[in-house]
Amino acid sequence: MLRLNNVEVMYDRVILVLKGMSMEVPRGKIVALLGSNGAGKTTTLKAISGLLKSENGQVTDGYIEFEGQRIDGEDAEAIVKQGIFQCMEGRRVFEHLTVEENLIAGAHTRKDRGNLKSDIERVYHYFPKLKTLRSRVAGYLSGGEQQMLAIGRGLMAKPKVLLLDEPSLGLAPLLVREIFSIIKQINEEEGTTILVVEQNANIALSIADYGYIMENGRIVLEGTVDYLLSNEDVREFYLGLSEVGKKSYRDVKSYKRRKRWL
Amino acid sequence: MTFFLQMLVTGIVVGSVYALVALGFVLIYKASDAINFAQGEFLLIGTYICLTLITTYQIPFLVAMVLTLVFSGLLGFVIERVVLRPFIGEPVISMIMATIGLSSLLAGIVHIIWGHETRVYPQIFPDTPVRLGEVVVSPVYVWSLIIVLILLAFFTLFFKYSKIGIAMRATADDQQAALSMGISVKMVFAVSWAISAVVSSVGGVLLGNINGVNSSMALIGLKVLPVALLGGLDSIPGAIIGGFIIGILESMAGGYLDPIIGGVKEVVPFIVLVLILMFKPYGLFGKEEIERV
Repeated sequence: MLRLNNVEVMYDRVILVLKGMSMEVPRGKIVALLGSNGAGKTTTLKAISGLLKSENGQVTDGYIEFEGQRIDGEDAEAIVKQGIFQCMEGRRVFEHLTVEENLIAGAHTRKDRGNLKSDIERVYHYFPKLKTLRSRVAGYLSGGEQQMLAIGRGLMAKPKVLLLDEPSLGLAPLLVREIFSIIKQINEEEGTTILVVEQNANIALSIADYGYIMENGRIVLEGTVDYLLSNEDVREFYLGLSEVGKKSYRDVKSYKRRKRWL
Repeated sequence: MTFFLQMLVTGIVVGSVYALVALGFVLIYKASDAINFAQGEFLLIGTYICLTLITTYQIPFLVAMVLTLVFSGLLGFVIERVVLRPFIGEPVISMIMATIGLSSLLAGIVHIIWGHETRVYPQIFPDTPVRLGEVVVSPVYVWSLIIVLILLAFFTLFFKYSKIGIAMRATADDQQAALSMGISVKMVFAVSWAISAVVSSVGGVLLGNINGVNSSMALIGLKVLPVALLGGLDSIPGAIIGGFIIGILESMAGGYLDPIIGGVKEVVPFIVLVLILMFKPYGLFGKEEIERV
């Protein structure tokens, strides 16, 4: 459904961030994109959603395809209209708007504005907490509530693909679990395809169907969740596990595993 | 007492026009974080166009007014497109410098086309004064107030409930996030410049009807900046209330203090402004940075 082929992204015409990135997001699935800081995960999402432009970045090679159509180089608004919606990293709710106004802003590109009311109710169905906060100014919500609002705002656009950039950022573990279970629920009930970028590999792989691991601007490993979970490198570097359960610090010192994919 | 009420009414009317022009400042500031120093020239152009349509082309006032609004809206669009769009993403200070340049340019154009002598609008509103108890008010004042109040109510609702209004406020909050909603930031900028030009030209036409028209009217722009600062540069209700406060203060100072110290009328609003800003640096209703603790 969504396909990146050998995509290269450059910022300011000099900084090469994505170096031949290829991945595929099949319809109706949840795909997790994992990687450490600076691997290029967020840049990948921005390349898809067209937000690169406002940061002086551009796709310099390769192409991005959505439902058979090339979308690289299009404006963000056009891409949202086609059904790809990115929930940006760090929640980014409109602080001085109320919860409900935030949701309405999310539906900006929708043509059928008559259904706005029922769509807002639909968001409240997934996030009942937002309903009790509906007329509160979003800036005063807690982090978890803001993240719910950010995802709810995405739902308002009725996207075919929802791009989530680190929904777990800065949230308590319990909340992280709650939000991810709602993401899973949205995927099942709405049939929304989801591409989720995470540092928290554990939680992301718990709901995903397929995973990609990214390092240094390209994909180094991909596979079904079961495959990734059984891969020694992933266990060691992303899940913090090794063959014999938890490692002692002494072992870490004496033996450092080399990544096999390098 | 009658004198006091008389001054109060004058203040409210002038203040309402200030409020309208201040709304123009606030809109542009909210959208792009820049202060538009050409606001006064927008007002000047609006009032001259309307005057020309009425006197030279003999068009009835209401039609001329509508044409003026359309023209101002277009002017706002064009200026945003040609002069300011290249500054998107550049430091705000360059955009502000551009508006200063723009104000000189527009002032020059107005001067070339219309010269500098004061002109007066033909009689548009009836001249039998309206009596409110002991206070005698000229109909121009009453009509100005009505028109401004309608416009202010309209824009308040517009920003609260309309799709574009919400998009504009969203963009003011977080441009990138707005972009990710599919909100066209360029469209938001263009609409704010257009609305800003429209409200200024309404203010210009009303003031022109009250005081006559000449190029020094552009100074109103400078005078209204404190209004916007007082109310909070990014607050629409603030602009409205700030307008009334400054209008009334100015009129009161003119009535009571001017006979004692000549010209103090012009200064009093600024003194009050400084005092208020000392205690409320964001202005009366300016949004404070929301910080969650």
